[in-house]
Amino acid sequence: MDFKSKLLNDAVEQMSSLPGIGKRSALRLVLHLLDQSEKEVKDFTKAFENLKEHLNFCEKCFHITEKKLCEICSNPSRSEETICVVQDVRDLLAIESTQQFYGKYHVLGGVISPMEGIGPSDLKVNELKERIIKESTNEIILALPATMEGDTTNFYIYRKLQDIQLNITLISRGIGVGNQLEYIDELTLGKSLLDRSVYKNKI
Amino acid sequence: MYISKLSLVNFKNIFQVDLELSSRVNCFLGDNGQGKTNLLDAIYHLSYTKSFFNSVDSQNIMFKEAFYVIQASISNFDEEISLYCGLKKGEKKTFKKNKKIYKKLADHIGLFPVVMITPYDINLILDGSESRRRFFDALIAQFDKNYLLSLLQYNKLLKQRNSFLKTKNTSIDLLDVYDEQMVELANSIFKSRENFTKEFVPIFNKYYKDISSNKEKVSLDYFSSLIESSMKDIFINNRNKDQIIGHTSSGVHRDDFLFTINENPLKKFGSQGQQKTFLIALKLAKFEYIKLKKNITPVLLLDDIFDKLDDHRVGYILSLIEKNKLGQTFITDTNKEKIPNILKKLNIPSKLFWIEEGNSFKI
Ligand SMILES: [Zn+2]
Repeated sequence: MDFKSKLLNDAVEQMSSLPGIGKRSALRLVLHLLDQSEKEVKDFTKAFENLKEHLNFCEKCFHITEKKLCEICSNPSRSEETICVVQDVRDLLAIESTQQFYGKYHVLGGVISPMEGIGPSDLKVNELKERIIKESTNEIILALPATMEGDTTNFYIYRKLQDIQLNITLISRGIGVGNQLEYIDELTLGKSLLDRSVYKNKI
Repeated sequence: MYISKLSLVNFKNIFQVDLELSSRVNCFLGDNGQGKTNLLDAIYHLSYTKSFFNSVDSQNIMFKEAFYVIQASISNFDEEISLYCGLKKGEKKTFKKNKKIYKKLADHIGLFPVVMITPYDINLILDGSESRRRFFDALIAQFDKNYLLSLLQYNKLLKQRNSFLKTKNTSIDLLDVYDEQMVELANSIFKSRENFTKEFVPIFNKYYKDISSNKEKVSLDYFSSLIESSMKDIFINNRNKDQIIGHTSSGVHRDDFLFTINENPLKKFGSQGQQKTFLIALKLAKFEYIKLKKNITPVLLLDDIFDKLDDHRVGYILSLIEKNKLGQTFITDTNKEKIPNILKKLNIPSKLFWIEEGNSFKI
């Protein structure tokens, strides 16, 4: 599609680079922004600039934060003893919304999938191990997706942590295979967290 | 189980046909290229939700048309089932049973079993092990949902393992993880294939002996590297090699089903006649195996085989039909009189259709 204006073309191109936004929707959104006052548009773009500039990853758990440590890591009322391992921020927020978990998190940054070019060294597995040794961790809860890649990653982590005195548990997999944690309703997710079981390597 | 009515619109070269079928034998007669095999393919489609010949669905739509529809009424004892398969260009295929759309096409597999014997079966002998594995895997999976699941999981892990080996990453901890995950799946796949072979081979042997009048010894054997050593040892022993070549050199994904004659490969040492007999015995064994396991008599499609077989083998199949051992059977032939005359002589109830330029005329 050509919109007969280089500026419009560029704006639509940028907007449609977002996931789930096609050229048609992008044009609608861009034309909407064009109708706004200059200040409104400045505020809009500034919000994203700020986000990128000031938001970084927590030194401990790799959750997003504006400081060195995230809100969860710096909250003294949350237990240090349990760490819940999730693949990304979306899944962390999903578990947070159940209000069933009072420990800390560790955001891996994905699951192992060589087909997509993601190997163990691309994930924060070593950081997890260092953390567990340093902190007085009692239990880690594996809350990765119930896919083959999730299974592989669980097992990989389990083997990495084998020589440490530690309880390793797995959230219950009553959840359908392959379901993303973020799409599971809060009650079900909360229950699968409570129903967690000792990790054994089986598929 | 038999088809009582079959309707097609715009399927390959068939513009529109509505057929009332015999529960015993139906013959599609006509010159080559008129559409006889397309009618069989339409029936195959209703069983496997796809064409035997074209894996690209849209290629089955008649030239210059926008859609195709295949519909059939199926009788199974007292039950009447309606099947519908429709495809519009650029849209997803719709498959319905009793007017209800399937969410997953895989749920239909095995409900309306069909066995097809075609000259293309020769590829099972000529091709590499993959085509034989696919043939037997599909058959085993029809009766064992766990088998299908193990196979899918094993293949997924295999792809990941191979991708990892290709990166030439020397860290072995991830290989250890894949190996351990795959060992259990490989064992279960191996056991299923072994158990299947134990049940299937005697049926096959019986058919081969019945059809063949000669004394040659043929056999169908399952071959797997797991017969000699465990999957675990295979992984350990091949680790260096796998890392160098960048893929998984051995395992159940390399299994084969060996076809031999007098202990030599059938592909090289079997005559054309022996190869054909082998394939017919294989397909009839598949037919019998499904019948045994499901208690449903599959529909049998015989594509152009009477043209290519000698009288002895044709006579054998016809005698099975005569003894009512085969259920509903569809036959294509270019000769207008040969098969109808034999059927008449044997007193086998049948319907004959003359197929010309994609149209059907009842004879
Ligand atoms: Zn943190």
